[in-house]
Amino acid sequence: MNDTSVRILVPSGMLGAGFPPETIERGVALGADAIAVDGGSTDSGPHYLGSATPKTTRAQVEHDLRILLTAASGARIPLIVGSCGTSGTDAGVDWVADITRDVLASEGLDLTVAAIYAEQTASSLVEDLRAGAVHPLPPAGALEAATLESCTHIVAMMGHEPIEAALRGGADVVLAGRATDTAVAAAVPLMRGMPAGPSWHAAKIVECGGQCTTDPRGGGVLATIDHDGFTIEPLDPAVSCTPTSVAAHMLYETADPFRMREPAGTIDVTEATYRALDDRIVRVEGSRFEPAPQYTVKLEGARISGYETMSFTAIRDPHILADIEDWAALLHRILGEWVSRTLRLDPDEYAVDIRLYGHNAVLQDRDPATGPAREVGVMLLVHASDQATATAIAKVANPLMLHLPTADMAYLPSTAFPFSPAETERGAAYEFVLNHVVDTDDPTAPFRTEYRKATADV
Amino acid sequence: MSETLGDLALEVRSKNAGPFWTTLELFMRDEAGYAAAADENFLNEDVVARLYGAPAEQVRFFRIPALNVVKISFPRIVPQGGFRDRDVHSGQHHVPLAALVPPAAGTRDAATG
Repeated sequence: MNDTSVRILVPSGMLGAGFPPETIERGVALGADAIAVDGGSTDSGPHYLGSATPKTTRAQVEHDLRILLTAASGARIPLIVGSCGTSGTDAGVDWVADITRDVLASEGLDLTVAAIYAEQTASSLVEDLRAGAVHPLPPAGALEAATLESCTHIVAMMGHEPIEAALRGGADVVLAGRATDTAVAAAVPLMRGMPAGPSWHAAKIVECGGQCTTDPRGGGVLATIDHDGFTIEPLDPAVSCTPTSVAAHMLYETADPFRMREPAGTIDVTEATYRALDDRIVRVEGSRFEPAPQYTVKLEGARISGYETMSFTAIRDPHILADIEDWAALLHRILGEWVSRTLRLDPDEYAVDIRLYGHNAVLQDRDPATGPAREVGVMLLVHASDQATATAIAKVANPLMLHLPTADMAYLPSTAFPFSPAETERGAAYEFVLNHVVDTDDPTAPFRTEYRKATADV
Repeated sequence: MSETLGDLALEVRSKNAGPFWTTLELFMRDEAGYAAAADENFLNEDVVARLYGAPAEQVRFFRIPALNVVKISFPRIVPQGGFRDRDVHSGQHHVPLAALVPPAAGTRDAATG
């Protein structure tokens, strides 16, 4: 096929975030060749990967999928969802696949669905590690096999190749596990012969939907990729893209705004030019893609670091607030003594973090301006190797948080607890531990694809 | 009253860039504001290291005159969402940067000219 251009509709920055339904109709009317949307990222922290649970609720995802599946079916164009279920675990793919099946059944749509799984086993990665095929990304250091084995879930970020393979395999709907943010939107332009530079750069610009427009709340965007560059147009006629709004999106959530590594190489936009075609459409040319000598996929992994219990109280008394840091230090010291005496735990067997919200909780020593606050929320976060121990420590802290005086007070104050019981068990606490890539000669090999024919034949 | 970088900017923002990096952006109002923010004698790797406790040699600067933007990235002290991380999205880390007061334009010209 010799296409002169390929149009990609991106409804929003994340499946489940919602969008005005008429923006999808408009994108289809403008000639969209595919709909692509991200289902997640690591943006919301390690819990979602570590526990393999989504941050969106089912109803949000179902709402968006109903509109997108109906539009894709009507226009006979593919729908591609990446990083399903927030972190792109196998459970996340199955969750979105299950919602998709329900929507297809209730809407009477007959579409072939490909599910692409991205989870990796620690044992196979340990073999890669021993073969010297795993490399750290800054600021990470060398990897230990034990770190891989400690992860509850590890995903590899797929490039466009497994998605393209699923489309060539007959999929109307591709539900991908963890994928690069850009792969979902780049897959169809690359498959249809558009050059790599504009395809990847356009995909990067649209990965957050309307974020590259002057009104990110107005819905998504349409990218038109051709042999010389690409154009970006908001789906809402009342919203604009400007050269600044488009160029500035390269800054968002990137460590380096000019060069971005993908599995097959590096997007380089150093020489890219951004030009207004009219008051709401922007033309981009000069984007390049440098193929890498070695194909690599990035790994993400999270593990349980321990279990947490939180307690929270508030202080309004100006006398304590005038001395709040000393008060917190005293709380910390006496809590250590009481925990040692009553629970017989050494300081290295648990950790407590006392956060003074309203004083300097967010930036701590880096806060440029701290004065006496009108009121301060005191959060005690306890981290231990099991939930019961974390909660026991928080319970030992409770009388101190309630009645601890400052050194010069001759009476016991009582602070303002907002809840009874005071303690909230946060369950398992997770941490990201992988920031590495693994060499892969076959871009589809780390991923497994299953096809599911929709309702009509079942 | 001396103007801060925040006063000279349309927006100063911070955000996580993956689980292990924080990135800051100064969107300056005009070329004069950009010149203040982009002045390497005033704002450099060592200043960012002092403000945020990141190793100076890992701080990355991007000065983009076409957008009147200075962008700064550095490794997080605590990985995103780990114990003791108090800003999962690094969304409030722009404040110390925005509070910096650049030398007055006349002083800067005198120093460089």
